[in-house]
Amino acid sequence: MNMLSTFWTTVPITLQIVIQILAIVLPLSLAVAYLTLAERKVIGYIQARIGPNRVGPRGWLQPIADGIKLLMKEVIIPSGASRALFIIGPILSLAPALIAWAVIPFDNTLVLADINAGLLYIMAVTSMGVYGVIIAGWASNSKYAFLGAMRCAAQIVSYEIAMGFALVGVLLAAGSLNLGDIVRAQTGSLAHWFWLPLLPLFLIYFIAGVAETNRAPFDVAEGESEIVAGFHVEYSGMTFAVFFLAEYANMILVSALAALMFLGGWLSPFQGIPLLQGLFAWVPGIVWLLLKISVLLFLFLWFRATFPRYRYDQIMRLGWKVFIPITIVWLLAVGVAVLYKLPWWFD
Amino acid sequence: MEHIIFYIFSAILVLSALMVITVRNPVHAALFLVLAFFTSAALWLLLEAEFLALTLVLVYVGAVMVLFLFVVMMLDINLTVLREGFASYLPVGALIATLILIEMALVVGSKNFGLDSVAAPVPHAAGYSNTQALGNVLYTVYVYPFEIAGVILLVAIIGAITLTLRRRPQAKYQDPSQQVLVRREDRVRIIKMPSEKKRGKT
Repeated sequence: MNMLSTFWTTVPITLQIVIQILAIVLPLSLAVAYLTLAERKVIGYIQARIGPNRVGPRGWLQPIADGIKLLMKEVIIPSGASRALFIIGPILSLAPALIAWAVIPFDNTLVLADINAGLLYIMAVTSMGVYGVIIAGWASNSKYAFLGAMRCAAQIVSYEIAMGFALVGVLLAAGSLNLGDIVRAQTGSLAHWFWLPLLPLFLIYFIAGVAETNRAPFDVAEGESEIVAGFHVEYSGMTFAVFFLAEYANMILVSALAALMFLGGWLSPFQGIPLLQGLFAWVPGIVWLLLKISVLLFLFLWFRATFPRYRYDQIMRLGWKVFIPITIVWLLAVGVAVLYKLPWWFD
Repeated sequence: MEHIIFYIFSAILVLSALMVITVRNPVHAALFLVLAFFTSAALWLLLEAEFLALTLVLVYVGAVMVLFLFVVMMLDINLTVLREGFASYLPVGALIATLILIEMALVVGSKNFGLDSVAAPVPHAAGYSNTQALGNVLYTVYVYPFEIAGVILLVAIIGAITLTLRRRPQAKYQDPSQQVLVRREDRVRIIKMPSEKKRGKT
């Protein structure tokens, strides 16, 4: 172990960063692949089916088979499409989902870029994801794709405001934009985590996250029963796969952020409980974080299997007339609580 | 190293700004404007102004330009009509451009922004937080201008909302609260009746 760390310091800094990036992106890609399998399995069991079970033992190799299939398929660029933008679209939707992971802390010290404006960086980067969808919808030169892109743009801009206000609440409560400091501000016990004092903001953040990632029941941008498949109707093969990867990477990102900001990140849920705290002290923090992310991801899948798709005008009403007023009122409440150092959370 | 990065970003910024006004397709022009905003954010990051840089990306790239693209994509702009009379507008346009250039040279020239009037920025210490520094200045020294700007923006919001709130009698509205309040008894009537026997069979 000691030899390993001395060897690590001799590696040039650029190479160190590249290795760290790979150490984040490769497990993330694997997680995305197996999230697709988990989704099909979970929804299968919810609907009293078995789900994919043919490729490999219990269907465990299904994502790999899907990946190979999509790689081998021909990429068709429709005539009349804007060629360069048609290719740039999927790249622009995947890139923000990956670069946002630079500031995510996995542990007290385990973070690629420990910057002070981490929360702001996340907001800025995730707000760029919408370009991939808009550009793809426009460049396809297809009415369905264009309708999907327009729906997506309107929806994401509306829900980003509610999401931003929810994050402002977190930043007020923690007094810092650094994601590591936000988690450290929740130290104490399960009841110290921000989900309790910021409960409305937590719910709004997660629902807005579902809307931002275009997942059911807010998947009007795809809307397969209305506009075929929305913005990616003209995409095939690898370009389609990149859109798919971006959607699932975004789901994992939103879950990770919710876990960090509201559910105590890498902190153990047994903190402050006399007996259990010692019993589970050996568990590394990253395991708790991954567990919390998994629970939130399961919620994503559960939503998809449970709720019918929202009507478009109801989505807009929910975003503008319900979520934004609630966040503003709760921001005032949090502000007062922080000002008067409400005991238990903000003292 | 920092110089090389600065020149690369500046070159991209100038090129994309040029492309905004020269490309024929308005959607491409809007996308180049997005690139210009993004690169200027990168330049601000080099100046250690991370709050301003990230806010530029968040507000202009993430929201304003999305709505801009939204409108530009929806409008079917006929380019040939727009290009008519280019020669007749040229003298006026050139005059305005030169005037702006002269004004900018007077204000941003080396007399006001040279090294002798403004000291070269010194790299900040490791613990420096741009967000905190800005917040301190904004809520102490500049609190009145800040609050006044906020009030003006609020007035603008209210004005924009009232402009859209005109009543149109022929338009059909749905009242979601009424839709939510509907009960089963309002819509479904259960009738109890004995089962009927088919005629002709015994």
